[in-house]
Amino acid sequence: MEFGLWQVWEGGWIGAILRGAAITIAVGTAAMLAGLVVGIACGLIKWGRVFPLNYIVDAYTSVVRGVPELLIIYLLFFSSVEFVTRVATAFGYAGLADSGYAFTIAVIAIGAISGAYSTEVVRGALGSIPKGHIEAARALGLSGWRIFRRIILPQMLRIAVPGMNNVWQVTIKDTALVSVVGLQELMRAAFIGAGSTRNPFIFYLIAAVVYLMITLVSQVGFDRAERLLKVRSRK
Amino acid sequence: MELELIQRAVPVLLKGLGVTALLTGVSVLVGFNLGLGLALMRLSENRFLSGFAKYYSTVFRGTPLLVQLFLFYYGLGQLSFIKNSEMAWWVISDGTRCAIMALALNTAAYTSEILRGGLMSVPAGLVEAAQAAGMSRFLRFRRIQFPLAIRQALPAYGNELVLTVKGTSLASTITVLEITGYAKRLMSQTFAIFEVFAIAGALYLIINLVLITLVRMLEAHLMRHQARSR
Repeated sequence: MEFGLWQVWEGGWIGAILRGAAITIAVGTAAMLAGLVVGIACGLIKWGRVFPLNYIVDAYTSVVRGVPELLIIYLLFFSSVEFVTRVATAFGYAGLADSGYAFTIAVIAIGAISGAYSTEVVRGALGSIPKGHIEAARALGLSGWRIFRRIILPQMLRIAVPGMNNVWQVTIKDTALVSVVGLQELMRAAFIGAGSTRNPFIFYLIAAVVYLMITLVSQVGFDRAERLLKVRSRK
Repeated sequence: MELELIQRAVPVLLKGLGVTALLTGVSVLVGFNLGLGLALMRLSENRFLSGFAKYYSTVFRGTPLLVQLFLFYYGLGQLSFIKNSEMAWWVISDGTRCAIMALALNTAAYTSEILRGGLMSVPAGLVEAAQAAGMSRFLRFRRIQFPLAIRQALPAYGNELVLTVKGTSLASTITVLEITGYAKRLMSQTFAIFEVFAIAGALYLIINLVLITLVRMLEAHLMRHQARSR
């Protein structure tokens, strides 16, 4: 009890940390899903070299993957605060620094980062689909949309699972960064706890353990998904 | 974008560039050596050593760098044996040194996985042949295993270098003024958020481009035997 473990229990911080963990998972999941949509769209553009768009996608992925996440988060938060406040005051809302707004911007920021990594995974997975499959589908007279839905998408998703596992791990760890702009997620809860009890060691240690638990549990899930898909493809 | 703003922002951000380069350089140097050690531990027969290396990389790769940084910078100072040890306190008490330590320990975990993959890809026959030729363990590692492993690992290590450069931006959260730290300050002073982001982002892209080019050149240099035979 030396480092304030008792204080953590007594002060009800466990609840705050668990609430933070729930928000971390929610931000991570929403951002991952948003990133997946972006990633599939951009991956298809990059794979098919859709002429003017592929340059935009190239610029997007290389900027987001080459610039620190923190800088991107600052850009989106600071520029949107100004914009959103102006819109909100026009509609007559005064205080807008509520958590709903922070959550939305967090999902957009982390989703944009996650989307850039997903794009590369999707493009790689699309690249490994044999050309013959698509040609065969075309020879059978399937329409473009049906080729995508029945031939490309199922194979692509299966090949992309290990890569998506990596993207998910990166995404969930990146959610810690939105704590610097005030969203009450796991890292922020630990930060507040550390500040008000003056026991930073135990709070950050607990946060580290919770993050580790999230990543390890999801690792198990992804491993299981991978095995499931592999078995099905053997049949 | 106004010229005045650029004139004001660029020198400030360039000041941060030096710190970012320092953070990257030292932590990569330390992290690579630690990572190599961990990769060797992971591959050793000793169960204790390989277990330690495995847990080390799981823990450091499974938690966000920000948490590690805060744990070291704010948390470790609470422990009395760290406070009493002069050497440990010297590292912990300063933001830059603490950030370097966290980055080095973090990149060591990723590097160890990359190098482990490289070392495992070295054909056993080559090592056995070297053994048969009477090379000592160290000589075998220096002449056969390491050069072959590093060729295999270089492309992935280039990515890890980029991740480390991006990781240095987190040092700004523990009072270190590097590119991101100055950029945040400029954003709140000038309100020219996008312009500052563009300049700071360009600096990071240049650093990464230089690093990737250097890695590619090294790779081409190491693989020159293949280029010739083609």
